[in-house]
Amino acid sequence: MNPIPSYSADAEARFDYAVIAEWIPPGERVLDLGCGDGTLLRYLRETKNVSGYGVEIDAQRVLGCIRNGVDVIQIDIERGLLGFEDDSFDHVIISQALQAMHGTEHILEEMLRVGREVVVSFPNFAFRANRAAINAGHMPVSENLPYEWYETPNVRFFTLVDFEELCAKMGIEIRERLAFDDQGEPVAEDPNLNGSLVFYRLGRAR
Amino acid sequence: MSKNLSVGSVTPQRAHFASPLLLKSGASLPAFDLVYETYGELNAARSNAVLVCHALSGSHHVAGVYGDDPKTLGWWDNLVGPGKPLDTNKFFVVGVNNLGGCHGSTGPLSTNPLTGRRYGADFPLVTVEDWVTAQARLADLLGIDAWAAVIGGSLGGMQALAWSIQFPERIRHALVIASAPKLSAQNIAFNEVARQAILSDPDFHAGHYAERGVVPVSGLRLARMIGHITYLSDDQMGEKFGRQLRHGERRFNYDVEFEVESYLRYQGDKFAGFFDANTYLMMTRALDYFDPAYDFDGSLDAALARARANFFVASFSTDWRFSPARSREIVEALLHNRRRVAYAEIDCAAGHDSFLLDDPHYHALLRAYLENIEA
Repeated sequence: MNPIPSYSADAEARFDYAVIAEWIPPGERVLDLGCGDGTLLRYLRETKNVSGYGVEIDAQRVLGCIRNGVDVIQIDIERGLLGFEDDSFDHVIISQALQAMHGTEHILEEMLRVGREVVVSFPNFAFRANRAAINAGHMPVSENLPYEWYETPNVRFFTLVDFEELCAKMGIEIRERLAFDDQGEPVAEDPNLNGSLVFYRLGRAR
Repeated sequence: MSKNLSVGSVTPQRAHFASPLLLKSGASLPAFDLVYETYGELNAARSNAVLVCHALSGSHHVAGVYGDDPKTLGWWDNLVGPGKPLDTNKFFVVGVNNLGGCHGSTGPLSTNPLTGRRYGADFPLVTVEDWVTAQARLADLLGIDAWAAVIGGSLGGMQALAWSIQFPERIRHALVIASAPKLSAQNIAFNEVARQAILSDPDFHAGHYAERGVVPVSGLRLARMIGHITYLSDDQMGEKFGRQLRHGERRFNYDVEFEVESYLRYQGDKFAGFFDANTYLMMTRALDYFDPAYDFDGSLDAALARARANFFVASFSTDWRFSPARSREIVEALLHNRRRVAYAEIDCAAGHDSFLLDDPHYHALLRAYLENIEA
């Protein structure tokens, strides 16, 4: 699932797609988990000439993928990536969907099984504005967390620091990290406080 | 543009093929006829042709009507027509009655040129691969070097899959719906019960009933009733019939008591009125034998290594005859071979027969996929 409501929006306007595309060399084989209507994959195909598949469980989003000419496989990622072979992709991407999955560890393991490298992006729940919302007595609602608490598809609420601790525990190597504020500007200082959306390039520890 | 525009009145055509067809069994047919229908226009580049493959009880009559009789509506008319998901304004659509069928193509009811008598049980067993070979002869005749797409549900999907393996350069897209890479033991078991119903009918006469002017009606009825149970889901049957009593009260006999019995008998009678028993035996056997992996040490990955087509694979959540897991086997072999493939598992209550219905999401998927095919 891709909880961004404007998932059909013009890919050019999605700075997060551009961030991910920077990490994808041309011509790669890519797997996009929770691919929504396939906009990211289509963007990567058009800008980077990648091949590969999207995985999506929601029927309407699967239809969106087909309309976008994106090869989508409708299966439930929570059950693993059965049918996808070891090391069969250069990059496996999960773009703003990990927080909507229950089996976080299993999914990360599966991604690292089928892909040489993994790209993860997620909204940082410890971002300044989110902390402010909690301090003011409310669950945060923002561009990167666009849902009210009673309708959110998100089921795992974690921070940049939490995620890095999980990677350490699982022996996952963090190869690169980028954080952006809610204006889409890169953040250098204290990313757990100043980063609204974070991106990781991950690999199996060598 | 209306979604309900029909191709209108259609006329079947007949093609004669005078050179022998060597069959997978080793037998051969000296010559054969195929009846077919076409809808839409073949474009100048001959690049917009789509072959629709029929399943067990279908035929070449895919869309439209004969004369103006609405009772003769084609079996996939809800899909095929101007403005419909398989749009005849864009595509040149071909339906063909498979070899061994009983709708006009050479089959058990035809006259054997060597004996001057009807083939009956002497008609050789043909396989899915043989159907595809015969269909390729028709493509040659129509001047179609490569199909833009081959589409089919169930046994029809198996033909689309076989096309991608047998003639990889002659099919650009394969749409494999509610199908399987091979039957399970349970599937074969159902087929065997259906065959035994026919084979044990006293009117079967070892397959030469036509010469005696009789039809093994009770065997055909029973075969169809068994089949029909497997095409529907438990839920749908429950919803449609429940335990509803025919006469509103129990009569304590073996006539039709429950509505579901009435339905099955009606379906059986209807089928026995037009379908040939030898064709039924042969088609169920063709289903049993279908297994592209068989010639590759059981590896579907290896069988599909030759395929060059792009694939659309779809299954239905309540289909227990050809369950979603069977479609995923096809998808996994295609992933292994790095073929382009889209796979949808469609939520539809109607079991195996869902592929014939016009579920809005199902048709939207087909429309979207077909719209993206370059004609």
